[in-house]
Amino acid sequence: MSLVRNEEQRRLQETAEDFLRRNAPVSALRKLRDEGDSLGYSRKLWQEMAELGWAGIIVPQQYGGLEFGFAGMGALLQASGHTLTASPLLATAVIGASTILLGGDEAQKDTWLPGIASGQTTLALALEETHHHDPLGVELSAAAQGDSYVLQGRKLFVADGHSAEQLIVAARSSGAKHGEDGISLFLVAGDALGVLRKRTIMADSRNAANIEFDRVRVPPDALLGAAGQGWPLLEAVLDRARIALAAEMLGNCWECFNRTVEYLKQREQFGVKIGSFQALQHRAANLYTELEMATSVVLQACASVDDDPQQVALLASLAKAKLNELSKQVTNEAVQMHGGIGVTDELEIGFFLKRARVAMQLFGDSRYHRDRYAALSGY
Amino acid sequence: MPIPCCGNPLTGKCYHRRRFFDTRTSFRACHCRVYRVSMEPLQQFREEVRQWLAENCPAAMREPINPGEQFWGGRNAIFSSEDSRLWFERMRERGWTAPEWPREYGGGGLSPAQGKVLKQEMQAINARAPIFNLGIWMLGPAILEYGSEQQKHRFVAATLRGEIRWCQGYSEPGAGSDLAKLQCKAEDRGDHFLVNGSKIWTTKADHCDWIFCLVRTGPPTSKQQGISFLLIDMETEGISTSPISLISGESDFCTTFFDNVRVPRENLLGELNQGWSVAKFLLGHERKLMSEMGADIPSVEPASLPMEYANGKMADPELRRQRVEYDMLMHSLRLTHARVLDEHVAGLQSHLPLIMKYLGTEAEKVKGELLLAMLGSAGLGWEGEEFSVSQRKALRQWAMSKTLTIAGGTSEIQLNIIAKRALQLPQQPT
Repeated sequence: MSLVRNEEQRRLQETAEDFLRRNAPVSALRKLRDEGDSLGYSRKLWQEMAELGWAGIIVPQQYGGLEFGFAGMGALLQASGHTLTASPLLATAVIGASTILLGGDEAQKDTWLPGIASGQTTLALALEETHHHDPLGVELSAAAQGDSYVLQGRKLFVADGHSAEQLIVAARSSGAKHGEDGISLFLVAGDALGVLRKRTIMADSRNAANIEFDRVRVPPDALLGAAGQGWPLLEAVLDRARIALAAEMLGNCWECFNRTVEYLKQREQFGVKIGSFQALQHRAANLYTELEMATSVVLQACASVDDDPQQVALLASLAKAKLNELSKQVTNEAVQMHGGIGVTDELEIGFFLKRARVAMQLFGDSRYHRDRYAALSGY
Repeated sequence: MPIPCCGNPLTGKCYHRRRFFDTRTSFRACHCRVYRVSMEPLQQFREEVRQWLAENCPAAMREPINPGEQFWGGRNAIFSSEDSRLWFERMRERGWTAPEWPREYGGGGLSPAQGKVLKQEMQAINARAPIFNLGIWMLGPAILEYGSEQQKHRFVAATLRGEIRWCQGYSEPGAGSDLAKLQCKAEDRGDHFLVNGSKIWTTKADHCDWIFCLVRTGPPTSKQQGISFLLIDMETEGISTSPISLISGESDFCTTFFDNVRVPRENLLGELNQGWSVAKFLLGHERKLMSEMGADIPSVEPASLPMEYANGKMADPELRRQRVEYDMLMHSLRLTHARVLDEHVAGLQSHLPLIMKYLGTEAEKVKGELLLAMLGSAGLGWEGEEFSVSQRKALRQWAMSKTLTIAGGTSEIQLNIIAKRALQLPQQPT
């Protein structure tokens, strides 16, 4: 594996940054927020992104995708972190596509992947039931009735959950809470009978929902993989989600940092640019070293999905834990170094701060991933 | 060498799988064919290297090295074993004591990509470095950059033959971080310079053959503009050294005194009064070295300490947390080291090398404190049989780590440099 993006990946990243800065800058997110947009992203923008091939980056060509690999996906998400672009890229193009790819049978792939790649179908992973990431803590029940299942329970913090056409629901068909056996993944239509979705207005102005499942009947072909054997699939999907989200967070951090360094070069106090003060220089330089280390981690984590499956889990936890800590540090320093204007809504730094806090909780906070990294390392 | 279209020049595996992305023309065929053609010689080189190492690297040279077993070269050099001598001589014959330097001066003439292959193949069998020498790590690149043809043949070639052990004379008692204030004076006497003054933190000066020195050739107030770079034979009359005891109990450094020392003019490296440029060039190499220090000598690792476990986890949650944070830091650092190399091979311009000294040496301090935290009072034994070898070693390592963020430019100086060069922040009014 190489820790340098190749020419095509670099070009993809540059094209993406350019496209997003023109079509979906932070001001677009502000507009969605201020207008209380019910979808929370621009459907037109998503169609354009899909036409560029972004919805099908990791989808094989036989299903209409680009088959460009996960390293390319990482470059794309990093670009979207610079602009804080709200879109189904993470929930659908990474998580939805990965779930079907890794867990679906041929018929399910034929049914869903072309729609994902073309941008028509959107998905969301309904996993959490408590306020901290706890994938083994699934209690939403899936009771077998004949050859179908009945789902009963509640999900929280479902990213894109209020609008996705299909929900990937983690359910317990057998076994006890926190047991690996007995977890099953189902595909459930977002408008199925008994599904009650409540959109949550979150700090980052992005899209999430709390969802009730009240006696929701699903057919046998809604099951992904074997009943009760969904844990390895869920872990694999989550690791891809963590790595992709870490790439987005990396873009967020770099943008926030670059804007702050730019401000240090512009702002004058005491008759000099404040960037000439050593107290600020050292803090900025230290952040830069952390950013470069995080960049190495994200590059390796993305490449490992394509080339080194054995390392994916460890690198996913490393990447998510690193980026969680870095996001907190960079966004806090950005606000502080901007001074008074840093705490105004007028300045866009606040949007980076808020997105960082949501991303830090999504798919595992630092405590979760430190614990997992240690466990995977044998202590 | 053409830049490969694929991300993975060494495994020969294509990243983007047959297709290549371009938003303007939608699809184009990947030029993997070009890639395979250009990469084949590298794969062949790897196989040759692997075979050569298998045949020529003695088994003992694949064992972890102990302090005192390194071969430093020089007039008084001794090999700690016959295998050590064999290994050095075989590597020297191939020019692989400095693989990427020109062949005419004793180097290996390898490309960066080939250099990386050699490094990887040596790491794969845990091969020791055949020689340890500041002349290779630091001075050599500066001579190749600034030296005359005669100097290159004289000094570079001899250093690579293991005939000169070098030390560095930069800092002075009154000029540490503010190096430009140095006062060690070299008077221009036509065919020679007359040197008077002292240098501090000269590494193992009492064991070295030659010293490369920054000296004042301009007026005392001339700062960077009045500094020259001299190469001085330590056997010259008027030079004396005195070792400095450190908190670690080691004496790796000396103070070196110059009393009317005559240095031939031909030992001036670069132009007169242009020594600062040479020094800056060379410091970059020292920082790279410092960031990799400890890579060869096996140190006490937190993972090697016996710990109590409960339910498969370290029983003490606070120590477990400290350890995992350290492990994640080191993992990130290793990947960043690898990225420096990959960027070098890909020919990319980058600020990455600027940050490695700071990160690497700060991480060593984190390790030292973690070792003491894990060992408790068992990690406080200075000497005596009541403490195990590794316990005592951990303590010395902890003390030694304090040196690293000071020598070769303090962490604060590193941050200044990063702020200036990587971030291009405005400089303080002086």
